[in-house]
Amino acid sequence: MGLIETELTESDPVWSAMDEELERDERVFLMVEEVAQYDGALQVSRGLWKKYGDKRISTLPFLRAGLRPICEFMTFNFSMQAIDQVINSAAKTYYMSAGLQPVPIVFRGPNGASAGVAAQHSQCFAAWYAHCPGLKVVSPWNSEDAKGLLKSAIREDNPVVFLENELMYGVPFEMSEESQSKDFTIPIGKAKVERPGDHVTVVSHSRLVGHCLDAAAVLAKEGIECEVINLRTIRPMDVESIEASVMKTNHLVTVEGGWPQFGVGAEICARIMEGPAFNYLDAPVTRVTGVDIPMPYAKILEDHSVPQIKDIIFSIKKTLNV
Amino acid sequence: VKANVSSVLKATSVKCDLHRLEEGPPEKAELTRDQGLQYYRTMQTIRRMELKADQLYKQKIIRGFCHLYDGQEACAAGIEAGINPTDHLITAYRAHGYTYTRGVSVKEILAELTGRKGGVAKGKGGSMHMYAPCFYGGNGIVGAQVPLGAGIALACQYQGNNQLCVSLYGDGAANQGQLFEAYNMAALWKLPCIFICENNKYGMGTSVERAAASTDYYKRGDYIPGLRVDGMDVLCVREATKFAADHCRSGKGPIVMELQTYRYHGHSMSDPGVSYRTREEIQEVRSKSDPISMLKERMLSHNMASVEEFKEMDVEIRKEVEEAAQFATSDPEPPLDDLCNHIFYNNPPLEVRGTHPWAKLKSLS
Repeated sequence: MGLIETELTESDPVWSAMDEELERDERVFLMVEEVAQYDGALQVSRGLWKKYGDKRISTLPFLRAGLRPICEFMTFNFSMQAIDQVINSAAKTYYMSAGLQPVPIVFRGPNGASAGVAAQHSQCFAAWYAHCPGLKVVSPWNSEDAKGLLKSAIREDNPVVFLENELMYGVPFEMSEESQSKDFTIPIGKAKVERPGDHVTVVSHSRLVGHCLDAAAVLAKEGIECEVINLRTIRPMDVESIEASVMKTNHLVTVEGGWPQFGVGAEICARIMEGPAFNYLDAPVTRVTGVDIPMPYAKILEDHSVPQIKDIIFSIKKTLNV
Repeated sequence: VKANVSSVLKATSVKCDLHRLEEGPPEKAELTRDQGLQYYRTMQTIRRMELKADQLYKQKIIRGFCHLYDGQEACAAGIEAGINPTDHLITAYRAHGYTYTRGVSVKEILAELTGRKGGVAKGKGGSMHMYAPCFYGGNGIVGAQVPLGAGIALACQYQGNNQLCVSLYGDGAANQGQLFEAYNMAALWKLPCIFICENNKYGMGTSVERAAASTDYYKRGDYIPGLRVDGMDVLCVREATKFAADHCRSGKGPIVMELQTYRYHGHSMSDPGVSYRTREEIQEVRSKSDPISMLKERMLSHNMASVEEFKEMDVEIRKEVEEAAQFATSDPEPPLDDLCNHIFYNNPPLEVRGTHPWAKLKSLS
C-alpha cells in the first residue's frame, strides 16, 4: 500500500465526499442555495447537479420522510435565518419523540472569517451550535479531514453541523492513497495529534490548526516543542485526547477564530478543570481567540481582529513563562 | 440658456400596472430642464462611480464583496426625486447608488470601499454597510432590511412627523418569509411604508421564473395595494414614488411598488454574470433601455438641452469620480486604536479582550 500523494483542495474532497455518498445511498440528496446554473456560490457543489439531476440536487424544500438530506448554507451567517429549524426541529426531535423520529441531516457550508467580507459575513458559529444537545458539530482543517469527516457526517444518523472554511477551499494538501478510497471515513468525536511535543499542548480547529503548526515550527528552533492537536469535532469534544496531552506537557493553549466569551476555548478550560488533567497544569490555560468585536472591513483592522501566528507564539511563551 | 431650449416637457406617459388601486399616478409626467439635468447628473455620477469601483476591485484595491448598481440608476434617482430628504430609506447590499442619492459624496463612498479612514463608515463597514442620516444602509443578509424598514415607518407614525420609509428589496428577497410578516404588520397598523421591489430578473444566478411561484411582485402584498412601473425610466419611477408617498402620507397605510430594472454586472464582482443569462440579453438592454441614454435622448429630441451640455457634464463627472478615486487610494487606513470603538452607544469606555488575555484593548463609544 503505497502513499499516492495528490494535491487536492478542501473543496474537492468536500465535492468527492458528497459525490461518493450520493452514489452509495439513494436516500442522500443535496439542498443548496444557488446550485445548478450558478454552480454553487463557492463552486463546491460544482457539477453535482449535472451528474445527479433535479431529483437529487435541488433548491426545493425537503421535508420528505426517510431521506438523508445534505443542506448547504452559502455561509453559516445565513443559517441564522433558519436556526430555529436547526435547533428546534433537527436537534431536539429525536429526544422529544422519545426515539421515534431520527433526523439524519447534514448542514454544511463555510463558517468564520473570510477576507474583507465585513461584520455580517464573518462570524464563527462553532460555539453557538456546539452548545446544543442533539447536534454533532464537526470542524475539519485539511483535505483529508474534510473528506473523511463529511462522509461520516452523511452516514451519521443524527443532525450534524459541518463547519467548513472558505479560505481553506483553495489550499492544496497532500492526500494519502487511503484517503482517496470511497470507503475512507474519519470518526466523528476523535481529535488528532498533528504534531507531537513535550512542552505545551496547543489545541485548535479549522484553519487555525495550520497557524498553530506554523507557530510550532518557529518555536521548535528555540527548543520549544509544541504538541498540536486538531480537534476535528467540536461536539462531542474529545476531551480525553486533550487531557492525555496535558498530563504529559503540563501546559495548555487553545486557539480559535471565534469570539472569546462562551467559546470553544472557554469550554476546554472548564472541562480540563473538571477532570484529571487539572492537577498536571503548571500554569493557567491560555485562550487565543478572535478579538471581541464585530469584524471590521478595512484590511489593517481585519488583520488585527483574528489570531496571527505571532499571537500564538507570544501566548505559548507567556504560558511557559519564557 | 439657448432661446430655443424648451424648459418643460409635458408629454411623457407613465405606464403603470395596478393592484387593488382604482387609479394610479397621472398618465402624463412633467419634466423641467433643470430636473432633467439633475437626474442625468445623478445617474451618470452613479454609473461612473460604479464603473470606477469595478476597476478598483480588479486592481484588488477594493476587496471582499462588491455588488454594483450600473443599469439600475433610474430607480435610485427616481425614488429620491419622489420623496423628501427627511423621509427614510433602507435597502440591501446593492447600495452604493442609494448611499449617493441619500447624500454621501462619491469620495466618501469610494474611500469606504477601499477601507480608508475617510470612508463614510471610517473603513469599518465596507461595501454593504454604509449609512447616512435617514439612510439605514446597506444590509448584508437578504431580506432582513424589510422588517427594519417597517419599523422605521412605525417610528414615523408614532412621532407623527408626516415622514415615511422606503423599504427596498430585490426579486430574490421577495420570497422571504420575513417580508410577509412585515407586510402584515404594516397593513394592520397602516404604517407609512413604501415597500419597493427592484426586480432585476435574477436573484444571484436564479431567474425569477425559477425562484417564484408568482413573479407579479407588485401583487405579492396581497391585501396591500401595489403598482408596477418601468424601472429604467426615471420619470416613471419618480411618478410612481410620488403617488406611493401621497398614499402613505394620507394615512392609507403601506403600498408595494415593483420597479422592473436590470443590472449589467453580475450579482457581485465574483460573478461574471453570463452563466445564467446571455450576453445578447445584456447587450439588448444596454442598447434599448439604458436609463441614462433614454433620458438624454428624450431631452435632446425635445430640445431641452444640447449635446455639448451633456458632454460638459460628463467631463465634470469623470473628474469628480477620478478625484474621489485618488482620495480613496491615497487616504490612510483607519488607525489601530479605532479597532474596538463603536461597540456601544453612550457607554463609558470599556476594556475589550484582544486575541489573548494580555491584549487589553480600549473601546470608546
